[in-house]
Amino acid sequence: MGHLLRYLFEPGFFSSGPVHDALAVGAVVAITSAVVGVFTVTRGQSFAGHSLADIATTGGSGAFLIGVNQFWGFLAFGAGAAAFMEMIGVQRRRGRDVATGVVLGAALGLAALFLYLSTQESSTTGASFTILFGSIFVLTSSTIPALIVSALLALATVVVLARVLLLSSLSPDIAAARGVPVRAVGTAYLMALAISVALSAVIIGAVLSTALLIGPAATALRVAKGPVRAAAVAAGIGVLATWLGIVLAYDSYYWPPAGRGWPVSFFVVTLIVGSYLATYLRPRRQRAVPETLDTEHACSVA
Amino acid sequence: MSGELLRLDGVEVRLGGREILSDVSLTIRPGEFTGLIGPNGAGKTTLLRVILGLQPVTSGSVLIEGSPRPPRDSSIGYVPQKLAIDPDMPLRVRDVVSLGVDGNRFGISLPSRARRARVADMLTAVGAEQYADARIGELSGGEQQRVMIAHALISRPRLLLLDEPLANLDISSEQSIVSLLGRLAQSEGVAVLLSAHDMNPLVQVMDRIVYVAGGHVAVGTTDEVVQPEVLTRLYGHHVDVIRVHGRILVVAAEGLDEAAAHAEDVGVAR
Repeated sequence: MGHLLRYLFEPGFFSSGPVHDALAVGAVVAITSAVVGVFTVTRGQSFAGHSLADIATTGGSGAFLIGVNQFWGFLAFGAGAAAFMEMIGVQRRRGRDVATGVVLGAALGLAALFLYLSTQESSTTGASFTILFGSIFVLTSSTIPALIVSALLALATVVVLARVLLLSSLSPDIAAARGVPVRAVGTAYLMALAISVALSAVIIGAVLSTALLIGPAATALRVAKGPVRAAAVAAGIGVLATWLGIVLAYDSYYWPPAGRGWPVSFFVVTLIVGSYLATYLRPRRQRAVPETLDTEHACSVA
Repeated sequence: MSGELLRLDGVEVRLGGREILSDVSLTIRPGEFTGLIGPNGAGKTTLLRVILGLQPVTSGSVLIEGSPRPPRDSSIGYVPQKLAIDPDMPLRVRDVVSLGVDGNRFGISLPSRARRARVADMLTAVGAEQYADARIGELSGGEQQRVMIAHALISRPRLLLLDEPLANLDISSEQSIVSLLGRLAQSEGVAVLLSAHDMNPLVQVMDRIVYVAGGHVAVGTTDEVVQPEVLTRLYGHHVDVIRVHGRILVVAAEGLDEAAAHAEDVGVAR
């Protein structure tokens, strides 16, 4: 057993400062993204999450160019985009199409420019990689408190809004008729979504951030019934995938090509996709209810 | 004795210069079963939204037990026309009914034995206990209606509004939903206002009818309202009422094209 553990955890894993930070921040972000993600999938807003990630890429690369930590760029652009989406009405299909065609293309174009300029300027070839694919091992210690606080803020928002979010995804009209400020609740939720996209962007990169948001939630929704259980399962999958990803990335330093190490985001995303695919291996539970006609008949007789 | 539960006085709704409802006055008493009948596009949904406070009125007043309805009030339960529920939505039937208790509150609710029992009782009352653990999106239209009725009733409203609950149901589900509502109106003492484009499935259970056409309403018992003179005034052109095999058909007599259109509107061609 000891042998096996030593084989899994390469020397120095538990004494490395960056690894400690990565494990702690990774867990907090994974839990936040997974819980927010359950509502994203339930509300059918995976698309909004993806759009926010694309636009956050622009913010992160712009921030890098002007020498600000990319988290603030992810956050500012994500939140701005969320406000814009709310304004044009991302709920409307037509609004979505327009946003896809015009805004997202422009955003990624700008990101390309910023990343190109950053590379030219500081010869840090890692810039594009850090923005696009994450930087969990090089967290700036001064931003860690901000990451944790933001995560708690997003998590608190969806926990406080949990019931009204579920009621308004069931029917916005019922929610409005019962006095829920549906629009304000939707905006607050989009802000929480923007925060968790920014956080995931720091961990596994802007272009992959939706994997941490949607993947665990989608997996959980396939296996767990009821919103509370789904959120718990999603959080568990998110944390496991992130931690295992960190361990494997650390170990991969000793894998070929020697001395390079594989990116954390590769492992995290692969583990999440793997868990999602695994849900297709088990047969879906059948409803333990007789055919509709029989049910109706039984009721009208009773 | 019992006063009025709901009173609409001279309600007028204009949307973009178009008059949707004009001079609508009606009252509903506690425990009464009222059918809101009229062709498609007559303003039935708008009228329900006015009562719920979702549609502001241009003029007139809506009073619940003598006063305007406060926000976050649970005196009215509502079952909207159609729900587009994704099969993957994580809500089980019992979660949906539980949201009827406190889905409009902030914060999370702690699991409680009393709430579980209350939800289970409500599911039994609507005959949905067999699929309590199924996801709401996996159910048939008739089953979803039952669950939404349970969702609307669990907060113990005094008035239950249902928007076209019989649309897209097969005949046996239609009958079982109607008899369920008739039974609940009596046992729970809740007034029911149900919109439909065909009055025939409801004739047995309706205490009164609110007939909407051309933005105007006629209110009374079925026999008082569904008369050629009353409906002719409402539609603004000649209308015949034909009673055949216990069914009521409303037919516009003038102009063949129009007649066909209206016959279809009121569900004659079923």
